[in-house]
Parts: sequence; structure tokens; C-alpha cells
Amino acid sequence: MAKSASSLSKIAGNTMNWLDDRLPVTSFWNAVMVGYQAPKNFNFWYYMGSLALLVLVMQVGTGIFLTMWYKPSAAEAFASVEFIMRDVEWGWLIRYMHTTGASFFFILIYLHMFRSFLYGSHQAPRELLWVFGMFIYLALMAEAFLGYILPWGQMSYWGAQVIINLFGAIPEIGEPLTIWIRGDYFISDATLNKFFALHVIAVPLAIFGLVLLHLVALRENGSNNPDGIEIKANKGPDGTPLDGIPFHPYYTVKDIFGVGMFLILFSFILFMWPDAGGLFLEHDNFVPANSLVTPEHIKPVWYFTPFYAILKAVPDKLLGVVMMGTSVVIPFFLPWLDRSPVRSIRYRGMWYKVLLTVFTIAFIRLGMLGMAEGTPAQTWEMRIWTLAYFMFFVLLFFMSPGGKTKPLPDRVKG
Amino acid sequence: MSSDDVNKGRRRFLVATTSAVGAVGVGFAAVPFIQSWMPSAKAKAVGAPVEVNIGKLKEGQLLKVQWRGQTIGILHRTEEMVKNLPEVDPVLSDPESLKAIQPDYIEGESRALRPDFLVVNMHCTHLGCVPQMIPQVGPQPFDSGWKGGFYCPCHKSKFDLSGRVYKGVPAPTNLTIPPYSFVDDNTLMIGVSPQGAV
Repeated sequence: MAKSASSLSKIAGNTMNWLDDRLPVTSFWNAVMVGYQAPKNFNFWYYMGSLALLVLVMQVGTGIFLTMWYKPSAAEAFASVEFIMRDVEWGWLIRYMHTTGASFFFILIYLHMFRSFLYGSHQAPRELLWVFGMFIYLALMAEAFLGYILPWGQMSYWGAQVIINLFGAIPEIGEPLTIWIRGDYFISDATLNKFFALHVIAVPLAIFGLVLLHLVALRENGSNNPDGIEIKANKGPDGTPLDGIPFHPYYTVKDIFGVGMFLILFSFILFMWPDAGGLFLEHDNFVPANSLVTPEHIKPVWYFTPFYAILKAVPDKLLGVVMMGTSVVIPFFLPWLDRSPVRSIRYRGMWYKVLLTVFTIAFIRLGMLGMAEGTPAQTWEMRIWTLAYFMFFVLLFFMSPGGKTKPLPDRVKG
Repeated sequence: MSSDDVNKGRRRFLVATTSAVGAVGVGFAAVPFIQSWMPSAKAKAVGAPVEVNIGKLKEGQLLKVQWRGQTIGILHRTEEMVKNLPEVDPVLSDPESLKAIQPDYIEGESRALRPDFLVVNMHCTHLGCVPQMIPQVGPQPFDSGWKGGFYCPCHKSKFDLSGRVYKGVPAPTNLTIPPYSFVDDNTLMIGVSPQGAV
């Protein structure tokens, strides 16, 4: 028994040696996982990145299986989705994993981004890391929008109508641009088929490339941490940071625990409440697309509503589109707008805590108002929060260099 | 060959010219792919006029038909609706339809060949939703002094019963009027202007 076990491990060792001579498996693993020293004080906010990666893989996996039954044509799309839901073996599960995954992707990404607002992870030397992340977020928005067209329900159709016509607000080239995007003079079979191609291959490829860049940039400088101080500044005699621990096994184990907790929550929604009361799957999208009737209450899925509220708050076509576009683009510049000498909110003064609290409330309230019916009072509230949203970035730029800070500790505190 | 023999200027020139010529090549090669996104020959060919029988359209009734993928509304206006049109002029942003997209033979407050029939492209000039017709005169959740008209559910744009846009809403211009003509008293032809008109 013992003999066969040792000979088995010998075979495994030989195989690994054979492989390592031809492909840098062990050295790569050691370089990016075992040899990588991560700060020892990661907290809850540090689960989101690895979970987002998990959801990305899940979306690609379930997406591949959905394409095996889905028909990207205006005549058949709606029925083929219903066919997947009713007649395909386990089709309902695969589709609900995909739709629930889409919303969870945004939940994770928003929390992941919020972490940076808390701990200043976007500050030098991690500006590019943040910018790549913003590009992933942008690509994800495109991916979600394109995917939302595919079931060819009422919300698919009219959502596409509104979003594509946003480009029509651009002077001169707007009108031809919308025709180019649609591939027709109205939303049609050509549009659906094109969006299918973009959704299943073009945008996912871009996302994978960006995620790779995001991770390479992350490993270049290592993660920031809740205290926002560089752990590389305090190295032991062996040259490793005193406040660092090897990413593997410490954080792989932590992340696997996170995966377990996440999957419990995810499964609960998936099995018990997949439409999340109309938030994840909108009720109007269970009606086939009808180009003659706009649903009475049209709104995008929840993850777009903060920006949609900004569009709705402005009573001018071009200005509304410009403001909405700016609200999406402005966070790209966060690393240069935030000029605070300290990274973490723990060592920034009250001014930042107030700014960030108002900004967070503004974003959430805009999200809620973006889904609302839109009374005149709500329109005014949207305008106030729109102002608050933009003022966060303006005030951050002017207040961060001189804003009050507390003394930084020498070592991370936990 | 030793590196001493390298002519750096010549090398830079060759790299620059090769890159420039290559970039032009990539530019030309991209054209077919970009052009492939435009409407196909088949999509361009679909644009035939639509004949509509309006004989059975009752007063106050709205009929929606499709023409070139657009939703065209035909509203049989009552005498009172036509009479009330000038009432809303002060709250409209373009009551004379000076900026509106409409054929030259369409003019005035009624914006129609025959005042009792409004023929209008129903797509909101903001982002293309189809507004609902709310003909009742009286307070609405979105307007306390509503005189009847079209209300867009997407972004709250308001139009009167001639498709003229209100002030202070996101839609920039009045609803578009497509070219159309009467074949006889009960038959409309959408997409064809009256003979002699442009």
C-alpha cells in the first residue's frame, strides 16, 4: 500500500518535471500565487474581485449552452427563449443562472468599485489598474445591453430603441450613426442578429483581454489594503514585506470561503426569486416585442437606472445625453481627481466621509428614481441628486489636496 | 554584420514608411467591414407606400399602421379637438411648426391635409418611443392643465393633438409628419405626396 502510494507520487512528480521543462507551470504558479505577497489585512471588500471572475466564467459557460438552443432571429427569438425555459432539459436552470448572473455581476462590480472609493486603491501607482477596471465596467454595460435585446420582449425592443437613439442626439452624424448601429432604419432582425454576434463573441473577447490587463497591472504593484499604506515599505531581512502573506494558500482559502457564501446567496435568488420582483427580469419582457406599442412604464434594468435618471432629469435632448455620457466617463479620471495625500478613508478627515456618504446616497437614490414613474417632484429630486453626483468629483478635486488627514501608521493595523 | 554598420536614419525611415503604408492598408481593409453594418440592399428596398382605409375610423379613434418600420398614427379628430388646437399655443415650443420635419404642403395648427384627419409619425422625436394618446381634457398626473394630446411614457415628453411639442420636455421638435395623400375620401396613401406637391 505505502509502496504503491510512493510510486504514484513519483509518477506525479516525474510528470510535473516533464511538464515544467516544456511549459512554465510551477514557476508561473510560484510567481503569481505563492511568491506574491499580499497585505495581511484584507477584509470583506476584498472578496468582490475573485467573485466577479467566478461570475464571468459562469456567464461564459451558461452562455455557451444557451446559444445551443437560442435562435437569433426576430421571428423566432422570443419563442426560442420560452422553448429553453419550458422544453429544453434543465434549460430553465441554465437561463436563470445566466440572467441572475448578469445582475450579480453588476452587484459585485459596484461593490468592487466602491472599495476603491473607501481605500483609495486608484491612487498612484495603481491608476492604470483603475482605468482598465473602468473599461471592463464599460464593456460589461455594453455586454448587458446587447444581451438584453436577445429575448426580443417588449423591454428588449424599446430599451434598444431608446439606447440606440441616444446616439442620434449627436449633431450631424447622429442619424446615420443610428442607422449604422441598427443595420436598418428601425430595430429589426438585422439589429438582433448583429447584437447576438457582439454579445456572444466580440464583447466577451474584449472583456477577457481587459481582465488579463487588469490582473497583470494588479500583480505589478500588488493590492492596496484597507489602511492604504504600502506594505513594501516595511521589509524583513529576507526581503519579503513584514505585513505580507503569500496569496496562496492564505487568500485562495479566504476566497474559496467567499465563493461558498456567495453561492448560497446566489442559489437562493436563482431558485426562489429569479426575477427579483421585476428587478432582474422585467415583467414587460415576458411580452413579445411589438413595434406599435411602447410599454406604459419603460425603464432599463436596475444597474443602468442611476445613469438613466440623469438622462431623465435634463429637459433637453442633447444636454441630457451629454450629461448621462459624462456621468459614466467621469469616474475614469478618479485617480487624477483624487489628490489626497492619504489613500484610505480611515485617515481622511470628516470632509471625505461626508462627500462619500452623499455620493453613495445620490447614486442609490438616482437608481431608485430611474425606475420610478416620474412625477414632477421626482424629477426635481433627480436633479438634486444629479448635481450631488457631479459635485462629488468636483469637490474631491478641490478639497482632496488640502483636506484634513490623520497621521498614517507605520504598519497595517488590520 | 556588426552593429556599427547600422544606418539608424535609414532604419527609422524604413520603419516609419512601412508603418504608414501598413496603416493605410489597414484603413482600406476596414472599409468593407464597417460598411457591412449599413442596411442591406433588401432593407433599403422595403419602403413601399401603404394604403389605409379610413372609412370605418370613428371620431376620436386612433389607428396605428406601419410604414418603413415606423409606427404611423391616423387620428380622426372631432370638431372640438380641431377647434381647441390654438388654445395650447402659449405652452408649445414651436406652435407654427417652423422647425418641424413635415412636407411643405402641411401647414397651420392642424398640421394636416384635412383637419379632421391627423397623419403623424408616432415616434417621439426624443428617443423614439411611441407616445400614448390621452385625448381627455382635464388634470393628469403629469400635467394639471392637460388639454388632450400625446404623452410619451419614456421621458415624459408631451405633444398636443397635432403632434406639436410642449415647452420644457426633452423632445426637441414636433412629431414628424410623413408624406401622404388622399386617394379618395376614405383612402389614405402613406408615403406618397399629393399630385403636384413636393
